[in-house]
Amino acid sequence: MAAADSISSANLSRQAFDFKEEKETIIKCQNGDKQAFGILVKKYMQRAYYIALGFIGSHENALDLSQEAFVKAFRAIKRFDVDKRFFTWYYQILRNLCFNFLRDRAKHARPFSEFDDHEINRIHEDSAASDDVEREEIVSAVQKALSELKIKDREIIVLKDFQDLSYKEIAEVLDCPIGTVMSRLYYARAALKTKLERMLYDE
Amino acid sequence: MMSESEKDRFHILLMGAIDGELSENEMREFERIRDERPEYEKEFEQYKKLKEVTTRMRPKSPPVEVWDTYWMMVYNKIERGIGWLLFTIGSVILLTYGGFKLVESVISNPHLLWIVKAGILLLMGGLSVLLVSVIRERMFTYKRDPYKEIMR
Repeated sequence: MAAADSISSANLSRQAFDFKEEKETIIKCQNGDKQAFGILVKKYMQRAYYIALGFIGSHENALDLSQEAFVKAFRAIKRFDVDKRFFTWYYQILRNLCFNFLRDRAKHARPFSEFDDHEINRIHEDSAASDDVEREEIVSAVQKALSELKIKDREIIVLKDFQDLSYKEIAEVLDCPIGTVMSRLYYARAALKTKLERMLYDE
Repeated sequence: MMSESEKDRFHILLMGAIDGELSENEMREFERIRDERPEYEKEFEQYKKLKEVTTRMRPKSPPVEVWDTYWMMVYNKIERGIGWLLFTIGSVILLTYGGFKLVESVISNPHLLWIVKAGILLLMGGLSVLLVSVIRERMFTYKRDPYKEIMR
């Protein structure tokens, strides 16, 4: 217990340090320092890319949209409240870009079912061949079911299961209470489960 | 028979349990419901399995060069935006000046027929009115659009 406490207080002080450092970096960006913005981009680029990939499903578009969101963030950085977390604010920009992309250009967005080996790992690589076939079926069914979910349902699953964010972090980026995160997760997973059951039983 | 609110509570605790996010008290509450309601055991197992599948579906990492060039690409896009802005302002200044000079030379040219002069002046005037009108409409829409900050 004492060890856990010391780990958690070490985490808290590291987070406080990160936040202080980030705040200073943002102030530099607000004064027009592009290189300082580079520090923020490098810090968050992977998370941004994978979130966009989770929404959009294609490498090129995920790369393009996550970069476009950084460009928009840079242009609006003067309006950013330095007492808030950068990623929470950036996420709103990225999310809007991705949602608009999916809605406005539905024809160009690749669904999850078209994920290829460059974009998604097949479950388990150490399994027996007979299991592989079954797993392959499950994976493709999950991909298809995910692509058919409502955007908001997909969002919460992407954040929790693909990004492995904690409830607290999800609540922060979605600007809602933890209870809402939990209930949204339930409805999203229930929708996913229903679609999966339909797909697997229909086959 | 569980009431709707009890079911909702169970489902919320169920999510927390499979994601490992329950506090000790919540875990005890969850375990108590599971003991009292064995009919929910199947649901618990199904969601646990679903979570296992979705968690293992990780996107593959793109080539390392993507990360090496990522910031450079963002930087180029930022710079390109500034480039376009300067290009647009420069073009507007030059076009305005060119238009002004054209009108001036048309008026002062004694060899042109009055009808040609009138035609050119009307054409220039019309273009200016159209341009101002479009700019004004765009600004009006932007200022009054209640949904401009809302995701479409």
